Amino acid sequence: MEGEAPRLLDLIPKDRNWVGKGVCKVKNGIEEKLELRLGLPGEENEKEEKQSAKSAFSLIFSENVSKRTFLGSVVTNEGKGTERKASGAPPVAHGTRTINSSIANNSSQTRTSNAPVVGWPPIRSFRKNLASSSNSKSPLETRDGGPVNGNKADSNKKGCFVKINMDGIPIGRKIDLKAYGDYDELSSAVDQLFRGLLAAQRDPLVNEKSGGENNQGIKGLLDGSGEYTLVYEDEEGDRVLVGDVPWKMFISTAKRLRVLKTSDLSVSSINTVSRKRAATEC
Amino acid sequence: MREEISDMSEDDETGERARWAPDLSKNRSDDSDSGPGPPIGDSPPPFSDQVLENVLENVLEFLTSRRDRNAASAVCRSWYRAEAQTRRELFIGNCYAVAPHRAVERFQSIKSVVLKGKPRFADFNLVPFGWGAQFEPWVKSFGAAYRHLERICLKRMSVTDKDLTIIAESFPLFKDLTLICCEGFSTLGLAVIAERCRHLRVLDLIEDYLEDEDDEVVDWISRFPETTTSLESLVFDCVTCPFNFDALECLVARSPSLQRLRVNHHVALEQLRRLMASAPQLTHLGTGTFRSEVGFGEVDPNLDLVSAFGASRSLVCLSGFREIEPEFLPAIYPVCANLTSLNFSFANLTAEELNPVIRQCHNLQTFWVLDSVGDEGLRAVAESCQDLRELRVFPLDPTEDSDSSVSDIGLQFISEGCRKLRSILYFCQRMTNAAVVAMSKNCPDLVVFRLCIMGRHLPDRITGEPMDAGFRAIVMNCKKLTRLSVSGLLTDKAFEYIGCYGKLIRTLSVAFAGDSDGGLRYVLEGCTRLQKLEIRDSPFGDASLISGLPFYYNMRFLWMSSCNLSMRGCKEVARNKPNLVVEVIRDAVEEEEEEIEAVEKLYLYRSLAGARTDVPAFVKIL
Repeated sequence: MEGEAPRLLDLIPKDRNWVGKGVCKVKNGIEEKLELRLGLPGEENEKEEKQSAKSAFSLIFSENVSKRTFLGSVVTNEGKGTERKASGAPPVAHGTRTINSSIANNSSQTRTSNAPVVGWPPIRSFRKNLASSSNSKSPLETRDGGPVNGNKADSNKKGCFVKINMDGIPIGRKIDLKAYGDYDELSSAVDQLFRGLLAAQRDPLVNEKSGGENNQGIKGLLDGSGEYTLVYEDEEGDRVLVGDVPWKMFISTAKRLRVLKTSDLSVSSINTVSRKRAATEC
Repeated sequence: MREEISDMSEDDETGERARWAPDLSKNRSDDSDSGPGPPIGDSPPPFSDQVLENVLENVLEFLTSRRDRNAASAVCRSWYRAEAQTRRELFIGNCYAVAPHRAVERFQSIKSVVLKGKPRFADFNLVPFGWGAQFEPWVKSFGAAYRHLERICLKRMSVTDKDLTIIAESFPLFKDLTLICCEGFSTLGLAVIAERCRHLRVLDLIEDYLEDEDDEVVDWISRFPETTTSLESLVFDCVTCPFNFDALECLVARSPSLQRLRVNHHVALEQLRRLMASAPQLTHLGTGTFRSEVGFGEVDPNLDLVSAFGASRSLVCLSGFREIEPEFLPAIYPVCANLTSLNFSFANLTAEELNPVIRQCHNLQTFWVLDSVGDEGLRAVAESCQDLRELRVFPLDPTEDSDSSVSDIGLQFISEGCRKLRSILYFCQRMTNAAVVAMSKNCPDLVVFRLCIMGRHLPDRITGEPMDAGFRAIVMNCKKLTRLSVSGLLTDKAFEYIGCYGKLIRTLSVAFAGDSDGGLRYVLEGCTRLQKLEIRDSPFGDASLISGLPFYYNMRFLWMSSCNLSMRGCKEVARNKPNLVVEVIRDAVEEEEEEIEAVEKLYLYRSLAGARTDVPAFVKIL
């Protein structure tokens, strides 16, 4: 129907470079492509259409090759986004007014701001904050008393549990970074954690818990010399080689760990901390 | 989640009904009250009529559908009286549509009450705190009138501990308390219920918000009677404060009829195992968390957990799974094939972690999950759960620009695999018309279609077109559709289609959509069965509001927020329709004299009770 009011379609540029982050960003198109930002970039792009439909995540991870080239070759089937938006849940409960309150025009149509909108998306508050650190006890507003049954998460309030996944092993585990004092301890803990699982995968008759002779340790996680390499994902979701930063800094920035096959990684594509720093300073 | 929740959100009953006239003296099919009716205190009918009335009452006992009852009550006075005597369940879809005393005067033998309060957008913080929907006046009226009341089910009401005390004191036969999305009470009120309702069978607390100060938490679990109880259902996963686990374990052990148990997140796997051992007859289990309390490696409860699930041959519904440690998931394999309902919507799982579980759930009919499983996870669901009726995909990160890894691809998978789908709620960042069209064709039985494209105003991911075509297909092809939520970039065309084809739609939710007044007009004029219409942030103005005047008496309510409404238009509606309550809600209380022309939030509803008297300062009734 041809209404009298200007239609939203007329306001949207026809070219496809309009990425799906909102009408407002059309103005900043070029700047947007250059700016560093959180999370996966430009998923809504023509290049998507050329991707094969085989892996759904090739659609999402297709862009920004410079950051994530190795992703295409790493054999991971999991599709979940990284957990970096830990504290990013907008405080929608606290009266951030929507900016669409004028009646004079169709301003309610345009997304003129990225400010969180009250009540959008329409999710009840107890379903928010599920993405925050894996140690979170409850997605509800802060109403927790101490638990009556002392479970570990509470008795060790300073614990820093992160998920750790290993290539080829479908089920991930959790590991408390604060339980270790340095990288070597972490490395051997990872070895202990997955050694049995790995052996069980190779030979299903092997009991996961059996130590000893037949199990070969997982070595060389930190220096690239072993079959597997340990990487972590930081707050920005970037994958970084473990071992470059001081241990304390590592604990505070690492959100998730992964044990990847060394052969799947190409040296140039893994971010090292020094390269990351250089990039941010540009 | 129980089937009842879906019922509550729809509160629909099948039954043909022509669009009824707006004149309130005629039949009103959706409320308990079917109009003014004959005055109380009529002279008694002659003897033969009395016999007829007795016969009629015996017959009407068998009528359970409230639609049918409303129709029967309109036949004549005698039928009106007989129906009123024999009605056992009172359903009030809007607590402000009728005054408590009036309901109680007409229906005198009620055993079960269902009462709903705030508009649904209150769940998303759009209704300021203190708006209303107090249960107090109702519980006082019921307490005085209904000695035989057995069941109370409330949704979005404000319930205090005092109200709960009145329940416990007033109804000696009380059996069933279900509170959904309510607030205002605390563990103190729960303790009173537990202690004094000696015949309690069901205590279901679903998505409520309790007001407990940390140091005032009451050990309500211990207050259940020491003897064998008749508890059949105990659901308290929304009660965030800790509780006495040992008392719960004892309670479960002395409740042989217990079938449904959903605990809160203060229960770890080791404790869950103990509970399951005490109640192998459970059919519905909410696990609380799904993690070990001691951390990996130290104690392996896995074996015991496996045998616990193995012994629970009756389990058909599993939920909980907060803070899940996926390595323990294999423990539930023994029950997967029996499951008809599985709620993973608090479990941050990958597709890989979901796969081995879902592959075994051949009989699943209801599945709630987080989008962390991605399109690949949904493919596994589609391939494994051919019998699926209800699917809900929630966002792990409910912000607009987050990385939802479900998309049109996942929706396409589901549509191809789950042909019997009746109800879907799908959160995603992007969508295509093609996938929505595919779903409309593959799943013709859809009754509920709720798509939430979290990015506002986003068009088809691939074509760049508005999402009009997709929703058009839904309303055209899904001929049983009664509930629809739209999102994405939508023009007035979309509403034209909805008005044209959505003849059975009762509930419609609109956000950030449409171009002009025409959009809303199409819906109001076209959707003849529309009962509940909630709109936010859409460019509909006074003209469209006024165009709906002929229809508002047919609806339960209309909510419009952040649209283009003004006081002038709203006042005109109020002036024209005396039996509509027109509420203008402000966020902040301004000066009394200063009246802002723009209306930020409008909530209007038909009512026999007139303007309510418990209006807070920020609400103005026109």
